[in-house]
Amino acid sequence: MTALLSVKNISLTLGNRKILDNVSLDIHAGELKVLIGPSGAGKSTLLQCINHLIPPNEGEIYLEGKKINTQSNAELCHLRQNVGMIFQDFNLFDHLTALDNICLALIKVHKLSKHEAQKRARKELERVGLANRAGLYPAQLSGGQKQRVAIARALAMQPKILLLDEPTSALDPELVGEVMTVIQDLARGGMPMIMATHQMDFVRSLATEVLFMEHGVIIEKDTPKVLLAEGAKTRTLDFCTKLNIITNTSNEG
Amino acid sequence: METIKTIIINLPYILEGTYITVLLVVGALALGFCIGVPLAVLQVYGNNFIRRIVGLYVWFFRGVPILLLLFLFYFGLFNVIGLNLDALTASGLVLGLASSAYQSQIFRGSIQSLPLGQFKAGSALGMTDGQIIKNVILPQALRLSIPGWSNEFSILLKDSALCFAVGASEIMARAHFVASRTYEYLPLYITAGFLYFLITLVGIRILRSVERRFAIPGYTLSV
Repeated sequence: MTALLSVKNISLTLGNRKILDNVSLDIHAGELKVLIGPSGAGKSTLLQCINHLIPPNEGEIYLEGKKINTQSNAELCHLRQNVGMIFQDFNLFDHLTALDNICLALIKVHKLSKHEAQKRARKELERVGLANRAGLYPAQLSGGQKQRVAIARALAMQPKILLLDEPTSALDPELVGEVMTVIQDLARGGMPMIMATHQMDFVRSLATEVLFMEHGVIIEKDTPKVLLAEGAKTRTLDFCTKLNIITNTSNEG
Repeated sequence: METIKTIIINLPYILEGTYITVLLVVGALALGFCIGVPLAVLQVYGNNFIRRIVGLYVWFFRGVPILLLLFLFYFGLFNVIGLNLDALTASGLVLGLASSAYQSQIFRGSIQSLPLGQFKAGSALGMTDGQIIKNVILPQALRLSIPGWSNEFSILLKDSALCFAVGASEIMARAHFVASRTYEYLPLYITAGFLYFLITLVGIRILRSVERRFAIPGYTLSV
């Protein structure tokens, strides 16, 4: 079966620092791949290289088996239309209402009429539970609501794959739940996703594969069951245990 | 008594000059806007070569006094290339070109103050660079530019008095003309000053209301 999306041998060097070193990954229908790793490992950069928001120095990107010519703006736009992206800090368009945030690309990229765009936007807002917030501006929404609008905006474009770059790490702890619920529903619905996250409950229950990154390299890669099995001698488990200790300590404090 | 009479008799003439000043300034600001916005966009998003060209343009128009620019273009360049413009049009053109250089830097500052994520979000949705600049970047950057732009308006208004020197018949020219004919220098210059004052006041008021009208709810502090 052809992968929905594959990246092959992606490398990125900034100055004399290797940010990504020969990273490859595939994603098939229904898969949820999770990127885990310490800060600075290159998770965010990898995600942004996949849809060429950061152009890698080397490497190839294939969408449904077809190689993307990254020199062609049209092909890049086509790639990005099919690969939705959720950012850590939401990146909603600050001057537009929640509804217009979703409509803009529908009108400009998918060439929908304003009416059709609004209809689809309302449907997506409903899906993330924000139908009654359509007329509000980003600055009038909570962090969790902003991220849900951002998810609705990405979904409205009807992408084949979603990339999520630590979608809950900029949120207050009490707002994480509402965003994770939306993402869980998507995962259960079979939306293929590549996601950087440290929400371990989510990873354990829904990830089809965990990729552990460090220093720009994927060093471990397997199902969460294997990598996170009790007593497993994996870097992933080691890292997640430390993460848990920190989280628990801070919860107690 | 005589003084007041002189002012009242000549007021229509000077008020007509006020109209010309307003016309000149609005025209120059509009021209400066139409050139300044693309300049700013090119200077931020253009390649090295384009950025350098824009840099040269801005350097030239900010580096030369307005009065010298007026003489250079009106008596010099326009004559050499056989462009036969009346003083008012020529003044508007020169002020507009100069203003475009200043305005471009106001807009550039605003564009660069926007978070990088705004552009990335547009790209990630499959929008082209042009669509992002037009629909995401400029609507936000222009809003942020209004306070700086109101500076440019008030400076350009007062620079417009220099056009007197090439014979544009605006407030300054007319006040001076009446003053030297009637010897009522002080009252006439005060009248002219008052008119500039008034235009500034009205202009700033208008820009304030534009700023309020386009403020993003919850985003900008109300002014």
